[in-house]
Amino acid sequence: MWIWLLRRMGQILPTLLILSILIFGLQQLMPGDPALILAGEERGDPQVLAQIRAELFLDRPLWQQYLHWLGNVLQGDFGFSWRIRMPVSELILEKLPVTFQLATMAFIIALLIGVPAGILSAVWRDRPVDWVTNAVALFGISTPNFWLGIMMILLFSVQLGWLPPSGYVPLTEDPVQSLATTIMPAFVLGNGIAGVLMRHTRAAMLTALSQDYVRTARAKGLPERVVVTKHALRNALIPVVTLGTIEFGRLLAGAVLTEQIFTIPGFGKLIVDAVFNRDYPVVQGVVLATALIFVTLSLVADLLYMTINPRLRAA
Amino acid sequence: MSTTAAPLALERGESPGRRALRRFLKHRLAVFGLAVVLVFVLVAVLAPWVATADPLATSWTAIRKAPSAAHWFGTDENGRDVFSRVVWGARASLLAGVVSVLAAVAIGVPIGLLAGLAGGWTDTIISRIADAMLSVPFLILAIALAAFLGPALENAMLAIAITASPVFVRLARGMALDAKSTDWVEAARALGNPPWRLGLLHVLPNIVPPLLVQATLAIAEAIIAEASLSFLGLGQQPPDPSWGSMLNSAQRFLTQAPWLAIFPGLAIFLVVLAFNLVGDGLRDALDPRSERR
Repeated sequence: MWIWLLRRMGQILPTLLILSILIFGLQQLMPGDPALILAGEERGDPQVLAQIRAELFLDRPLWQQYLHWLGNVLQGDFGFSWRIRMPVSELILEKLPVTFQLATMAFIIALLIGVPAGILSAVWRDRPVDWVTNAVALFGISTPNFWLGIMMILLFSVQLGWLPPSGYVPLTEDPVQSLATTIMPAFVLGNGIAGVLMRHTRAAMLTALSQDYVRTARAKGLPERVVVTKHALRNALIPVVTLGTIEFGRLLAGAVLTEQIFTIPGFGKLIVDAVFNRDYPVVQGVVLATALIFVTLSLVADLLYMTINPRLRAA
Repeated sequence: MSTTAAPLALERGESPGRRALRRFLKHRLAVFGLAVVLVFVLVAVLAPWVATADPLATSWTAIRKAPSAAHWFGTDENGRDVFSRVVWGARASLLAGVVSVLAAVAIGVPIGLLAGLAGGWTDTIISRIADAMLSVPFLILAIALAAFLGPALENAMLAIAITASPVFVRLARGMALDAKSTDWVEAARALGNPPWRLGLLHVLPNIVPPLLVQATLAIAEAIIAEASLSFLGLGQQPPDPSWGSMLNSAQRFLTQAPWLAIFPGLAIFLVVLAFNLVGDGLRDALDPRSERR
């Protein structure tokens, strides 16, 4: 297993290196001279411009700029926000818990809907239950997050007045209010993933139900409920758990628009505000941070896969 | 693909393409999806004739009027006809969806074929770049690219095309690797065919079925991505209509004019659902292993 882990790291490191080049390269697409933007009022003063360029290594060749940037990133320095005048890494760490709460709630909602729906539709394959769950999953996958969010605000906040349309209260401050402000966005986020999880669960259950050990269990005269939950489900959950981990990473991307609509001050709102304010270092930092989280999650997914599937552990 | 499809086709006396068509047409939901896609395409192409009013014409006497006989979907905050704007918005959405995916295919497939056929270092480098791009969630990479390129519909399309291309790189590479291990490609190579000829004549035709499925599903994703970027102000620029930007401005008038938010969103939902249905139907129809489904 350790050898496997080392080999996997050997695969990840070059990927991360290339990723860093790509993210650094984003900067080169930027219209205009960053020194001019940073100088603000003093843009006419060549001395100020020269000083900024020297500080940011902008007067060096591209490869030196890259190495300087990479060195900083490796030390946890993701650059400095042009607008908020704060280190990008601090901004990200400040916003991440909010999105993490949202994503965790969304993931729980997605699991609670997606997994049972997938089991039901596999057990009653080609029956009305199967058609309905498949249709609901397809609707969930096809509904744009931000539109569903707006429609929910319209129904639950504007029409019924049950939930606040926007805002965020931290969990530590007032748990009840916190849940009230995050339940709608969490449902919106979880909705799309629920459809994906349902499809994964259904496919995995169908495979498991057609295996010999399930036929044996049935032949032994075990009740169908036991066959489904004990024999089929346990094996079917292996791919679902790993795919679920990767879907969790995708929630971060979904959070971008959802947080925007519900004005939740998280990770997603950070990148959108940065885009609006042309705060390029923050955009760059957020992309880098998401990629790191995503790569870590897929490594975790692989480890989970190994742990719950004993057949792979020996290999 | 065709190695497994050929015996089946011989048994039934029909070509793989004809068999796929028969199976697709049997898939009622997929046919429905295709019909919806065609309606949207017609609406987009014939927008000047379908729209009941000029989508840009403002009218201070008809601000935020509810749906009526004169304005089927109501009017917006500048007195513009929402129905006409949704109709013209179909152009931006479909154009962005189809063109960006075609571009992604045009970028991704040749690179993937090259990686699969050439192997060695070329393959390693290309695969790692694709991995790196796939490790940033789709929408975040698209937003970042669009932000750095500057707000415009063309830039949003370019951003989506670049973001969607690694999926096609992987697909083409995988198919090229599969094909390379088959006897007939081995034979073709032994006859002295150069790699580009192998790719063009022997691998490409086999890629078409999975590529068609992947591209259809990618269009659905690209349409959502374009709407998202426009929603954030990074796509189609006002006053030109696009579903995403219409939803963005609708947010400010949810209490007074909810219809502003309903219709553009419904349009996105319908067209995305339709492309997903077609994609699922194509997958079932083109996969020779799923005969019994």
